[in-house]
Amino acid sequence: MKVVLQNLSKVFPNRSKKGLADVIAVNDFTFEIPDGKLVGLLGPSGCGKSTTLNLICGLQTPTGGKIFFGDDDVTNLPPENRGVGLVFQNYALYPHLSVQQNILFPLQNLKGADKLSKSEMLAKAREAAGLVQIDELMSRKPSELSGGQQQRVAIARALVKMPRILLLDEPLSNLDARLRLQTREELRRIQRETRITTVFVTHDQEEAMSISDIIVVMRSGVAEQIGEPQEVYDNPVNLFVAKFLGSPPINVFSGKVADGSLFIGEDAVLNISGVQNQEVFVGVRPEGFVLDKAGPLRCKLSRVEVMGRDVSIISTHGASVNPIVRSIINAESAENFSTAEVRFAVKPAKVFVFNKETEERVFFEVR
Amino acid sequence: MDKRNNKGWLFLLPAVLFLGFFMVYPLVDVFIYSFEEGYNSASQTFFGVGAYNYSYVLHDPYFLQAVKNTFILVIITVPVSTGVALLISAGLNSVKKLNKLFQTIYFLPYVTNTLAVGLVFMILFKKTAYSDGLINLFIELFGGSSVDFISGPYWAKMFVLCFYTIWVVMPFKVLILTSALASVNPQYYNAAKVDGTSKLRTFTKITLPMISPMLFYLIITAFIGAFKAYSDAVALFGTDLNAAEMNTIVGYIYDMLYGNSGGYPSFASAAAIVLLVIVLTITCINSLISKKYIYY
Repeated sequence: MKVVLQNLSKVFPNRSKKGLADVIAVNDFTFEIPDGKLVGLLGPSGCGKSTTLNLICGLQTPTGGKIFFGDDDVTNLPPENRGVGLVFQNYALYPHLSVQQNILFPLQNLKGADKLSKSEMLAKAREAAGLVQIDELMSRKPSELSGGQQQRVAIARALVKMPRILLLDEPLSNLDARLRLQTREELRRIQRETRITTVFVTHDQEEAMSISDIIVVMRSGVAEQIGEPQEVYDNPVNLFVAKFLGSPPINVFSGKVADGSLFIGEDAVLNISGVQNQEVFVGVRPEGFVLDKAGPLRCKLSRVEVMGRDVSIISTHGASVNPIVRSIINAESAENFSTAEVRFAVKPAKVFVFNKETEERVFFEVR
Repeated sequence: MDKRNNKGWLFLLPAVLFLGFFMVYPLVDVFIYSFEEGYNSASQTFFGVGAYNYSYVLHDPYFLQAVKNTFILVIITVPVSTGVALLISAGLNSVKKLNKLFQTIYFLPYVTNTLAVGLVFMILFKKTAYSDGLINLFIELFGGSSVDFISGPYWAKMFVLCFYTIWVVMPFKVLILTSALASVNPQYYNAAKVDGTSKLRTFTKITLPMISPMLFYLIITAFIGAFKAYSDAVALFGTDLNAAEMNTIVGYIYDMLYGNSGGYPSFASAAAIVLLVIVLTITCINSLISKKYIYY
């Protein structure tokens, strides 16, 4: 089932009397989620991603725009008639019911022609439980489960009624780091197996990048960029997106374009064409640095972090916006650093130039 | 016993002393009196020891009347007051506007003096030479004939007593239940809503289990409170409750101690022990039933 958001807006009226402006949680959001895809809504807290999710599931009604599931306009449909499954951030499992009763709950709500017999319900519940691999926990109470197990029960409960759309609100944020990695793969697998169009919300870019087919980077209620994770990472449209994606984060310098050269501070790092002379921000991904004794970018070495597979060189540069410049290079190419200065060349594909005022991407060609 | 244990007892001492003096000792004392025939508190004498006090009390028509009244009161007021309080609280909880105002209004009777409420009930129900009372005016308006609720037929008096009791205990229950309802995480309701749960099912399958500990507390205290009812009856029917056929078990005990028929502490003790046994039994049954239905 594809989902279409058409000029979707949600404005929360300001309730304080101080005459502050209304809060625009979602602002004119247009987006089509293709059938069977896993979509990650990504953004810092307060960017409107959870509101967008609530609008899709119907717990909140939009102040403008329309929502379509396939060809059905569901904008004014209450959540119970939308056929969505929602997994809450803290799971919202009914604590007084056993795992099995929790999973059965949505099925027992069915009425009329959809009504199932007891054995059909049980079969469906078992199937859903099997999908998330919690078959052996059916008689337990939620309080007797670990966080990861509760998460699975919540997913099973959302899946058991075969929703048209599966929605997950910060599905991994309550899990510890190890479990998060595991559950992430699990989510991906479940989504692949069921082929249900899935939307999930996260503030963790790594999470979003690793499992999404499509990510939507949001800021202040606006979708800044929509695309495949790698494409968005390799081609950010503005400084915000470039800064938000990537771990460790992108290094940002102030610089300028002058006479066919891209300057970081006083260092001319690239010869470029197709750009007018202007003040810019230059973003360089940590993996975009190459150690080069004669390289144009001169940094002051702070320390070296050896991580096994690769080496992080922490240095400082006068033009850097961040306090440190972090570059990641292969362990093989690392050497003993004896001098206080470390010099880099940069990989053009990992260098992004942004207009200093608008912070929009400025495209250039390498000469 | 090691030192740490001694320290623990030291901490418990104030409570143990207090409960010992004011609860355990009187309880044991009353138990002893109930077997001492014709005990006289002034001379501290009695005739003999035996179960005669119980036999007398259990054959006393006034006591049987009191037991009957008390049981009717319990059976009617406990479920009705709890049920109505639940309805009112659920209503209050779903009202968004003026929620606080309504809560205050519903709580007002709690801070009103029992006797003042009794006076209001008199005005509503009492039939005098000059007026039939407000309720009778309504009854007559709809073509019925007036009833003397305060000194008329038994069922009318019992109706007023139950009405009054429910009215008096309601505010506390509403207060407890509204806060219990408000403390249910709204996420559960959202989850139920997304799953297409009907309002009724949400209430019975989610709300009720979530507030069940509070509900159970209210039912237990309501049972105990109704079994110990006395002042309500006095407020409505005056102190001569036996004559009004409206006596309760506690009223009977009081009468045996101080009332018109006063001066029989042995009979009072026996009646008190009978009441204790009844309340204890009911509470135990309640606890057993609750284990099945209460979710903590």
